[in-house]
Amino acid sequence: MQTHALTEAQAQDWRTKTAGLLEDTRRQQRALQIQGHGSKAFYGQPMDPALPVLSTLEYGGVVAYDPSELVVVARAGTALADLEAVLAERQQRLAFEPPRFGGRGTVGGMVATGLSGPGRLAAGPCKDYVLGLSVMNGNGALMRFGGTVMKNVAGYDMSRLHTGAMGILGLILEVSLKVLPEPAARCTVHIACPRGKSIGWADQWLSEPLPVSATAWVADAASPQSDGGQGALMVRFAGAAAAVDAAVQRFESSYGATRLAEAPADAFWTSLRDQTHGFFRFPQDDPQHRLWRLSVPAQTPDLPIAGACLLEWGGALRWLWTNKPATEVRSAAASVGGHASLYLGSAEDRHREGCLTPLSPVLQGLHQRIKAELDPHRLFNPGRLVAGL
Amino acid sequence: MNAPTPSWRLGELRFDDTTQPLSPEKHQRLVAALSAQLPADCLVFDEEPLKPYECDGLSGYRRLPAAVALPRTEAQVAEVLKICSALEIPVVPRGAGTGLSGGATPHRGGVVLSTARLRQILAIEPQARRARVQPGVRNLAISEAAAPYGLYYAPDPSSQIACSIGGNVAENSGGVHCLKYGLTVHNILQVRGLTMTGDPVVFGSEAFDSPGLDLLSLLIGSEGMLAVVTEVTVKLIPKPALARVVMASFDDVERAGQAVADLIGAGIIPAGLEMMDKPMTAAVEEFVHAGYDLKAAAILLCESDGTPEEVEEEIGRMKTVLSQSGATELTVSASEAERLRFWSGRKNAFPASGRISADYYCIDGTIPRRRLGEMLRKIAALEKKYGLRCLNVFHAGDGNLHPLILFDAAKPGEFEATEKFGAEILETCVEFGGTITGEHGVGLEKVNSMCVQFSQDERLAFLAVKRAFDPEGLLNPGKTIPTLHRCAEYGRMHVQSGVLRFPELERF
Repeated sequence: MQTHALTEAQAQDWRTKTAGLLEDTRRQQRALQIQGHGSKAFYGQPMDPALPVLSTLEYGGVVAYDPSELVVVARAGTALADLEAVLAERQQRLAFEPPRFGGRGTVGGMVATGLSGPGRLAAGPCKDYVLGLSVMNGNGALMRFGGTVMKNVAGYDMSRLHTGAMGILGLILEVSLKVLPEPAARCTVHIACPRGKSIGWADQWLSEPLPVSATAWVADAASPQSDGGQGALMVRFAGAAAAVDAAVQRFESSYGATRLAEAPADAFWTSLRDQTHGFFRFPQDDPQHRLWRLSVPAQTPDLPIAGACLLEWGGALRWLWTNKPATEVRSAAASVGGHASLYLGSAEDRHREGCLTPLSPVLQGLHQRIKAELDPHRLFNPGRLVAGL
Repeated sequence: MNAPTPSWRLGELRFDDTTQPLSPEKHQRLVAALSAQLPADCLVFDEEPLKPYECDGLSGYRRLPAAVALPRTEAQVAEVLKICSALEIPVVPRGAGTGLSGGATPHRGGVVLSTARLRQILAIEPQARRARVQPGVRNLAISEAAAPYGLYYAPDPSSQIACSIGGNVAENSGGVHCLKYGLTVHNILQVRGLTMTGDPVVFGSEAFDSPGLDLLSLLIGSEGMLAVVTEVTVKLIPKPALARVVMASFDDVERAGQAVADLIGAGIIPAGLEMMDKPMTAAVEEFVHAGYDLKAAAILLCESDGTPEEVEEEIGRMKTVLSQSGATELTVSASEAERLRFWSGRKNAFPASGRISADYYCIDGTIPRRRLGEMLRKIAALEKKYGLRCLNVFHAGDGNLHPLILFDAAKPGEFEATEKFGAEILETCVEFGGTITGEHGVGLEKVNSMCVQFSQDERLAFLAVKRAFDPEGLLNPGKTIPTLHRCAEYGRMHVQSGVLRFPELERF
């Protein structure tokens, strides 16, 4: 899907029209669901499908790009693919590697969900790259927070508050993003090892000054998925050519690592990033399986839940297909200081179980008050982050 | 640190301290309630021992608080908050008191809650690359404790030997290495804290993310207005095997500014990238004898760190770019001692300024890198306008400026002129598409400038967030976010950033 790039005058018209829509909605005491490509509609808490859609797709375009400032400013409806093409021309990129499900996704959706891909391990999450944004509130007022500079501590960090808020606090219109140069060199190695061992190794490497930029442990197709089966640990190095070479040589001699050619390596990481990897397909054998996303502290050992597993981020991100009940998965994650989100499951399941691990009462209270303060008419994406919010 | 001239009382004119001194009865009740919960050596009520708390690093603003509490446990912190909530007495959290924007300035009718006695390192977990510490632990103490494991805590504000991690969280402190390693917000996993009502709450987690809104990021840099920090879990990162710094001289400041943009444009992210102009270089050279090029119009310090292979490769690329950008001289540190010597001048810019002038005032704004040259010209013009000298040090890599305006507080009108000079620099930052504070915070000092940077709707959104956390407005009130009334009084219009260039474009 191509970006519908507007001139500033057209953008102004769109904003005026949208402010009108918000006013009508407010007057009718109704609400709206914000949508870009809709490629992440499966993710998170489902909303009432009858809610009218406020589409950002007409509000697109890269507004400013200055490669020497490492900043790009784009409107919410800009297709990620188009934004990345603009950056690639100048050998720059979004280092956190946001997913493009089905090749789709917009800048607004990327920020609203705050999802990050394999590059998050070393580069940090989406929110670290949102330098500023402009949002429209329920009164149609345009507000700008943050900006285009790396260091900015004036006022509260509203840009990060909106990142990952699933659109419940306002309509994101424009985002300024920090971009990074493509690394001088990249190389991926493959090490055959069982799951438990992969976690220990990854933690060890991350405590050393090594140019590790991503890791993933994937089970061998033939190996039993339970009890920490055999699999492959993939490690991507990125940085100065000399540093990458030195790391690869060390891994070849110390861990029996095999170097992957560039094309299959890139294809592998892209398949994780966009979740086209076979692992993310619903298992045929048991329709009761649901995919859980477990986020756990570093050094967390293998968790005792039966199911197929894929590990990213040095073991801090664990994907798990299981038919176990939500309480079991969540208490296993909580027992190690992490949390579990229901990632792929039916809308019914997501309604019943709640996608996110329930918040503590004090946090829940803060969430309610923030929502009430910033979106008092509950116009934007009601219930999309947490049911009832 | 800003000019420590105790005779100033100007700050009182600017501090919207809406509190009244406590009535004798209310003071009695406060003393009784606090004394019932905290041991006597954790409380200060008498004027003389209260004195050290009357200001932070921005010593132009002073207030004597009604009391200071120095709790030793989180439970005691909670008690102090509950008591103050019940009595409707404002609370100002205070770390090491090194802040430069007056964020810890007390209220005459309020309590200062000091974290000075909460200074235990609770855990260093090398394999998990994190440390759990109490808020009063000094920034540098964390890196020292992690050093045996080859790890360190990255943000390194110049006050790192004294400043506390709790204060760093409040201010979202930076440092000379944040271009590559990020600010405080990039290096904190979890914060345990208490709301103004004394309820414990955990922001973030030891995992990479947490469910719900990112309240951790909202808390970091909130200048003690949303919650009181009682425990911080920081990320530790592997210490680079090697660091070397290139010192480059330029015969023109704008060319030096361009070299900064050229480095970044070439895909290089230096571990540190700092700039000093000629007057600043002269001032620090006299102080530390680092061997700086005194003929240069500007000096750039450009650091590379990583494995020896990485550093060699990157230093080579840096030298190439810097030469092409017109550097007149390039020196690469040959040893760790030399690297530290090159840095020593930059790290001592403030005390060096204190030696050549009775007083100085440090400004902290950020602009897009490409406008560094233009900004320097503007500052030169302002020097003439106000008849005051200004020395310039920049965290050039991220466009963060620290112009140091020299003045003499003893001369009538000079401080006022200095403040106007500073305010004009900050307004120019906003106009250039930047911000009024890169790392020192708004505190009291820049409350007025917030009216310039943010529109009324934006300020209302900040006030809304404040209410969500602290409905009664008792936690560090009157700081950071100006009231609408105050902005009207200040009379400066909200400046649309970037209005001079590309007026047809939306910018923020």
